[in-house]
Amino acid sequence: MSQFDSLTLWTVILGLALGSFTLRFAFLALMGDRALPAWLMRHLRYTAVAILPALVTPLVVWPSATNGSLSLPHLAAALIALAVGYLSKNIFAAMGTGALALYGLTVLIG
Amino acid sequence: MPCTTTKSAFWRGFRDSAPFILIAGPFGLLFGVLAAEAGLNVLEAFAFSLAVFAGAAQFTALQLMQEQAPTLIVLVSALAVNLRMAMYSASLTPYLGAAPLWQRAFAAYFLVDQSYALSIAKFETNPEMTTPQRMAYFFGASGIVTPLWMGATIVGALIGSQVPESWGLDFVLPLAFLAMIGPMLRTPAHLAACFAAVVTALLAAGLPYNFGLIVAGLTGMSVGAQTELWVERYKMQKDIVR
Repeated sequence: MSQFDSLTLWTVILGLALGSFTLRFAFLALMGDRALPAWLMRHLRYTAVAILPALVTPLVVWPSATNGSLSLPHLAAALIALAVGYLSKNIFAAMGTGALALYGLTVLIG
Repeated sequence: MPCTTTKSAFWRGFRDSAPFILIAGPFGLLFGVLAAEAGLNVLEAFAFSLAVFAGAAQFTALQLMQEQAPTLIVLVSALAVNLRMAMYSASLTPYLGAAPLWQRAFAAYFLVDQSYALSIAKFETNPEMTTPQRMAYFFGASGIVTPLWMGATIVGALIGSQVPESWGLDFVLPLAFLAMIGPMLRTPAHLAACFAAVVTALLAAGLPYNFGLIVAGLTGMSVGAQTELWVERYKMQKDIVR
């Protein structure tokens, strides 16, 4: 059931391995103890909170389970997971409530 | 408590990292299961975790590969998720920069959210630590989480091939991403970055090759940075008026 060939997979694995190591090593290796420019640090701080929502939004609004049509249970479960994560700062509470909400709402409204 | 020897610094890091067992274990397991669902065998899933060792980036790559995104987009997006590692690396440099190059290379491999968060907090509150003690603490803080992540991936990949398709695990990954985002939204600037990224992602969804992801990510980053500047200026003005 693999949807992609192993050449693609290994290219991604090796490329990511090299790329992540470079990102992690760049400053430890080269910078000595100089500081990065403030504007760069300011942008780097927001990479994860920008890319992850950008990635997840289409998955929530056009879920693959419904072949891409808007689904109230999926949308509600996503908002609940986000809210619980934000308020509780607990990843597993967020995932658990989200999953329960999805299951409950699917049973209720189908 | 001050660390007296490098050995005790290592074990202190080891103990301090114990709570992260609760995150690394289940998430490694989940990655293994979803990798198996996507068609990876156990060796491939394990190689992925061993070579890349970055949870959110691994999930991102897996998701985009399943969407048949071009390899270049997969790489750029997953690395963009990991860009914060460059910031971690830069902020640890004043503390670890004096260590031998080979130690810094190993430290780079083990640099993840957990080891960074523990170490930077420790180094800032204990300025008297020597460079070898700091290195020892850092490696101690990676001592449980790293093998656990790899091991859990293998277990997950073994379980994953047994999970029937009828369980419909396709929304687990979006939920995992959302659960990761929530705790990261610490300031108004983080919230603004997230909101801008969501809106742009919706508007740019029609762009080919998942290019909307890159556009939305860059928009979110810029909005976050600008909001931070704006909030700082606003606070300064308020201080002056007082």
